[in-house]
Amino acid sequence: MDVAATVRVHERARAQGRVRWELLVGIVRKDLKIKYQGSALGFVWSLVNPLVLLAVYTFVFQIVLRAGIPKFGFFLLSALLPWTFLSGSVTFATDAVVGNAGLVRKVPFPLSVLPMTAVGFNLTHFGLQMLVLLAAMLVTGFTSFLGVQVLLAIPAIAVAIILTVGLSYLVAALNVRYRDTKHLVEIVLMAGFWACPIVYSVSQISDKGPFVRWPWLVDAYYLNPMAGVSVSMQRALYGAGHTYGAPPTPVLPDPGYLFYVEKLAVGAIPSLLILALGLYVYHRMSADFAEEL
Amino acid sequence: MSDYAIRATEVSKVFVNHVERATSFKERIIRRRALTQDFYALRDISLEIERGGTVGLIGANGAGKSTLLKVLAGILRPSQGSVKTRGRIASLLELGAGFNGELTGRENVYLNASLLGMSRRETDRVFDSIVNFAELEEFIDNPVKHYSSGMYVRLGFAVAVHVDPDVLLVDEVLAVGDEHFARKCLDKIAQFQDDGRTILFVSHGLDVVERICSRGVVLDHGRVVYDGDPYFATGELRKILGTDVPVEIEDEETDEGVSFGPIVFADASGRPASLFRTGDPMTIRVPASISARWRAAIERVRAVVMGVGDIPIWEMVAERADLPSDQSDWLLTFTVPSCPPIRGRFVLGVSLMTASDQPIAAIRSRHAFEVKADPGAGILSVDYHVSAQPSAGASAIPAASTTEGEDTRAPATSKVGR
Repeated sequence: MDVAATVRVHERARAQGRVRWELLVGIVRKDLKIKYQGSALGFVWSLVNPLVLLAVYTFVFQIVLRAGIPKFGFFLLSALLPWTFLSGSVTFATDAVVGNAGLVRKVPFPLSVLPMTAVGFNLTHFGLQMLVLLAAMLVTGFTSFLGVQVLLAIPAIAVAIILTVGLSYLVAALNVRYRDTKHLVEIVLMAGFWACPIVYSVSQISDKGPFVRWPWLVDAYYLNPMAGVSVSMQRALYGAGHTYGAPPTPVLPDPGYLFYVEKLAVGAIPSLLILALGLYVYHRMSADFAEEL
Repeated sequence: MSDYAIRATEVSKVFVNHVERATSFKERIIRRRALTQDFYALRDISLEIERGGTVGLIGANGAGKSTLLKVLAGILRPSQGSVKTRGRIASLLELGAGFNGELTGRENVYLNASLLGMSRRETDRVFDSIVNFAELEEFIDNPVKHYSSGMYVRLGFAVAVHVDPDVLLVDEVLAVGDEHFARKCLDKIAQFQDDGRTILFVSHGLDVVERICSRGVVLDHGRVVYDGDPYFATGELRKILGTDVPVEIEDEETDEGVSFGPIVFADASGRPASLFRTGDPMTIRVPASISARWRAAIERVRAVVMGVGDIPIWEMVAERADLPSDQSDWLLTFTVPSCPPIRGRFVLGVSLMTASDQPIAAIRSRHAFEVKADPGAGILSVDYHVSAQPSAGASAIPAASTTEGEDTRAPATSKVGR
């Protein structure tokens, strides 16, 4: 066998074992197609979910509880969309391997693509929802995000993606052996939602009870990477200029940028650890997926 | 470094049958230890498949064929040992594996090809050829859930052979298609052989294995029990399956005063065997028990080796002088120093004859034995010589229209008479 042929054969084998962009896109496209098959509105449905949440939370927090955060809808969606991206991805990823059992057992392909398809699927929705949100802000004349501050969204989304990918790998692998993983995931996600400043602002809790008595709790609060992501997204899109109550209290904890970068950095550490753990566990367990399914 | 496409080194695969394994975190916490039963699906398999070889993997149901294929394809992890492969592998382990019923044929082709390592551009190039091969032009934009199983397997096979694989692994899936498609698949496989690609396929169609494989590997209870000539491989497998026995049998037949024991074909070492090569020595043992009354009447014993349709192939005769006429239990032993150069499956008929050549009793062997010569067509291996010289040219061959007298070398008869 001549050298060129050897190299060719080797590269083709490698192409088969690697997660390739086209493979990822192909599977995500399949999932999207199946999800929206036969629905005339197609993608519009993916916007309905956050819109309903928007309506419900606006009603509860602005009308019933009189939380008083101005432009509550925009405040809420700024942090709710990245959270929906995370929770949607992780929920979807729980089923990524088990739901593709037919493929895993019969076709040799790079298994590490499966959790990524869950992330890719939800990232597509996240992108669309962000576009709709920004368009809505522009149309209603809420233009405070236009400027340097919107750049803060980039590291915030990056941290959210790292955490999401890590968690997706972890739950996808665990669900193969422990089928109650999805119940666990539901509970953790629900708790996680309330542990993030999404429907409330950080300033509403940091001057209260335990946070005053034990100031380290504030630092611990930001160990949840999505807490940092939430406030950073609010800073990026909603802006720091809003106040509530009397005397007026700023909605966001800090008017600058450094505060948010710091919180994102704090959140990046556990995110990276979870990513490493998720990849490790997935890699260890994936060799036996075909057998366990 | 030998030029292998697949190399398995001492591969074992143990399936752990979790009798009571924790399948949830809840159980995991409550019961930490699990009861397990180990099942060896594959044991110490070392197999090297040379580049360009066509290997048939055969065995009884449950012998581990599919497991081995999955281990070689990289779907299952070997419990022990290692597998190395070279090049792009296309595998067709199950009919329509990897197809999604909701997607159209077209979408499934692209998805399947990308799972097998093809880029979109590469797929574009072969797409028409795939559809053409699968003969699904009209249906390619229909969801595959509406396909028949034949259409499924056609599309699956078409994709697998068009991804330009270096190694093709095929499980018993071709049986689904009709004869027309099966022939097309075999043509494609022949083309792959010409291209020097490697093919490993599992089949229960032993004649196909004999016809197209360069090598046969027989698995039995997770072990390789034979690896070599496909003709011998299928013979070994038939022995394992017990299908080397002819269907209609009359054995240990008891007439009044005459009974036979089982007829045994044995090899050089005296062990019972059913497979012989041309030139191998063979011993045939025929136990019989004959009462004194009949012993007096027996003039000779005729043993006839019979082929398909009971065609007599050769005869062996024991005359009265050779027979122990004062004993009732006989063990007749016919020794063939060298099996004749004839291919086939044979049975033995034994008759006890009177002086007037009337049969007193007869028996047919329960088992058949098989004689194999080097692969080739026909039942006989014949020694022959071939010679070829350049012919003297077209002018040397007289044509009917040759004009009179023009060619003096034309045989005199050509224009004479009639």
